[in-house]
Amino acid sequence: MAATDVDVFSNEEKRNLSLGGHVGFDSLPDQLVSKSVTQGFCFNILCVGETGIGKSTLMNTLFNTMFENEEASHYQNGVYLRPRTYDLQESNVHLKLTIVDTVGFGDQINKEDSYKPIVDYIDTQFENYLQEELKIKRSLFNYHDTRIHICLYFIAPTGHSLKSLDLVTMKKLDSKVNIIPIIAKADTISKSELHKFKIKIMSELVSNGVQIYQFPTDDDAVSEINASMNAHLPFAVVGSVEEVKVGNKTVRARQYPWGVVQVENESHCDFVKLREMLIRVNMEDLREQTHARHYELYRRCKLEEMGFKDTDPDSQPFSLQETYEAKRKEFLGDLQRKEEEMRQMFVNKVKETEAELKEKERELHEKFEQLKRMHQDEKRKVEEKRKELEDEMNAFNRKKMAAETYSLSQPLKKDKDKKN
Amino acid sequence: MLYELMEKQYVGFATLPNQVHRKSVKKGFDFTLMVAGESGMGKSTLVNSLFLTDLYKDRKLLNAEERINQTVEIIKHTVDIEEKGVKLKLTIVDTPGFGDAVNNNECWKPITDYIDQQFEQYFRDESGLNRKNIQDNRVHCCLYFIPPFGHGLRPVDVEFMKALHEKVNIIPLIAKADCLTPNEIKKLKDRIREEIDKFGIKVYQFPECDSDEDEEFKQLDKELKECTPFAVIGSNTVVEARGQRVRGRLYPWGIVEVENQSHCDFVKLRNMLIRSHMHDLKDVTCDVHYENYRAQCIQEMTSKLAQDNRIESPIPILPLSTPDVDTEKLIKMKDEELKRMQEMLNKIQQQMHDKDQ
Repeated sequence: MAATDVDVFSNEEKRNLSLGGHVGFDSLPDQLVSKSVTQGFCFNILCVGETGIGKSTLMNTLFNTMFENEEASHYQNGVYLRPRTYDLQESNVHLKLTIVDTVGFGDQINKEDSYKPIVDYIDTQFENYLQEELKIKRSLFNYHDTRIHICLYFIAPTGHSLKSLDLVTMKKLDSKVNIIPIIAKADTISKSELHKFKIKIMSELVSNGVQIYQFPTDDDAVSEINASMNAHLPFAVVGSVEEVKVGNKTVRARQYPWGVVQVENESHCDFVKLREMLIRVNMEDLREQTHARHYELYRRCKLEEMGFKDTDPDSQPFSLQETYEAKRKEFLGDLQRKEEEMRQMFVNKVKETEAELKEKERELHEKFEQLKRMHQDEKRKVEEKRKELEDEMNAFNRKKMAAETYSLSQPLKKDKDKKN
Repeated sequence: MLYELMEKQYVGFATLPNQVHRKSVKKGFDFTLMVAGESGMGKSTLVNSLFLTDLYKDRKLLNAEERINQTVEIIKHTVDIEEKGVKLKLTIVDTPGFGDAVNNNECWKPITDYIDQQFEQYFRDESGLNRKNIQDNRVHCCLYFIPPFGHGLRPVDVEFMKALHEKVNIIPLIAKADCLTPNEIKKLKDRIREEIDKFGIKVYQFPECDSDEDEEFKQLDKELKECTPFAVIGSNTVVEARGQRVRGRLYPWGIVEVENQSHCDFVKLRNMLIRSHMHDLKDVTCDVHYENYRAQCIQEMTSKLAQDNRIESPIPILPLSTPDVDTEKLIKMKDEELKRMQEMLNKIQQQMHDKDQ
């Protein structure tokens, strides 16, 4: 598949040409938009905060819908994440919204590991996307993107500063996800306390190097509003799905004996600012940042872990062909070496066993010889004894014979004597 | 479960399309268009007419002897054009020399190589670690100019389109249509469409209309599809016709207007190419042609790797399950070898043992 290098002559000066009339490519953004609308959008929100701090209520308020949920218990023995996906539609725009709740956050006595399930969940979504991207037959255009686009971090309205858990968790998350810190249940803080609280929180974040999401100011159309909103962070919000009659209008509010806190009243809380920033102005930018910044960082780290490099030691970009050849050589070399080793090992083993067996053979021979000798000795001894015995017997026989002969001749002598 | 939002309360994510619009305008667009066909088919004139500009200042045309052994070159022109705030980086890839030599065997090879090169470059960039500034130089569309002088497709036309139809979106055009009468054009179009079917050439298909579009749109869409291949005329000159100054060609017997729908299909081509389907052409290139290239490339690589029996690779791809089958086989083989050696060893031992006895 490697194409031969074709000589390409390119007209080096990239010129700006003026058009003689209306060509019509100004419809390109509209073409893009109509394609995106047909495809549908998806958006994933992660809500991190203590149990009971108002995460579910805020989601209901933001999206004007009663997402089904029951109250969470304080007695979970760990933090776990609960993602739920909803299909919303407004005019002709379809939105696949996933809300991920952190259940049990902040409830344990030892919270050292509380941030881990959150980081793991975010990494898993990145990993799933990466796996899809690395497939051979992939279909990225209709992949359901589950990567977290925004993390809303709910800060408890203590009025003093961040909690230690907040700092630790946000530091672990800031390089993986866009974080917008919000002050929850802001109706327990007065205006002056709120001002001091916000300043304290922002300075703590800055001094600890926590990177929260900045609303983008590079696009002229929205830079002004984004810049001014950046100054209002963290947003102090109040959520409510109950409706209260105020004057001649019915608004979402919380009714107290001393007054009514209206959710959409900008002098009561920053809910409207949050909604504006999160949904109406920067939703697309959040998705883009997640893909272009956080996901790319994750991908780069993961690939480096797996051992891929972009440039060789001389900082020349690797050509695919060279890389392949180099790795192939390396691998073949390895393979050969391993084979050699194994063969060597095998040969050694055979030699060893052979030597052992030879040893045994020699021993056996020795033994055999020894036994043979012993046998010979014994035989000889027995021979000697036999000879001795034979000799004795011969001697005895001779003596016997001699004795007999003598006794025979003796009687004659006796007779002779008698005659005389 | 589809949640219908309560009417009076507006959440606001219906602004998403506007946000997308805004961002895309800011980012700008790019498009690469390739033109191919013999010399003198009117390719440059057509490009100038399409984009209402003059891309080809000071170019040198070769004469016949110079073209006998002409090889195909690839020349890129890149221009930045802007209209109503929308910026477009337009690259026109010219293929001078195509079909000009006496022997045109495989004259499309430099072209297919060029397209593959762009795919390969993109593939490498996309697989790299730093993907911040990837440039997309892939060819999004190829306009193929068929001469009007014959009776349909010639062998070189068929071979060219077949070599390219799975790498790039091909839009065949009948060039210099002002030498054909309306009847002749109709006959030629029908003939060409037939032959395209017969030879199994996959030219760019317009995406089907959404079923919820109105009848008028659907009718227009149908007419458009039946009009292919478009019979086009281009012109670099402006003439006076019916009281207006228009692009056209002046003949003793009348004036041919480029933008007159009853004279030629130029307007249909322009609308289709630029005003309604430019983005779709890009999408099909990304989602279909490039993905095919990528899948093929990876499979070739992994089959090579499987032969060498390893699972690592120089670019990030998922390990396939097939290498395991081969590894298994090898392991089995080695196992058997070991078994045989073991048996031999046992035999030797036995022999020695017997000797002792």
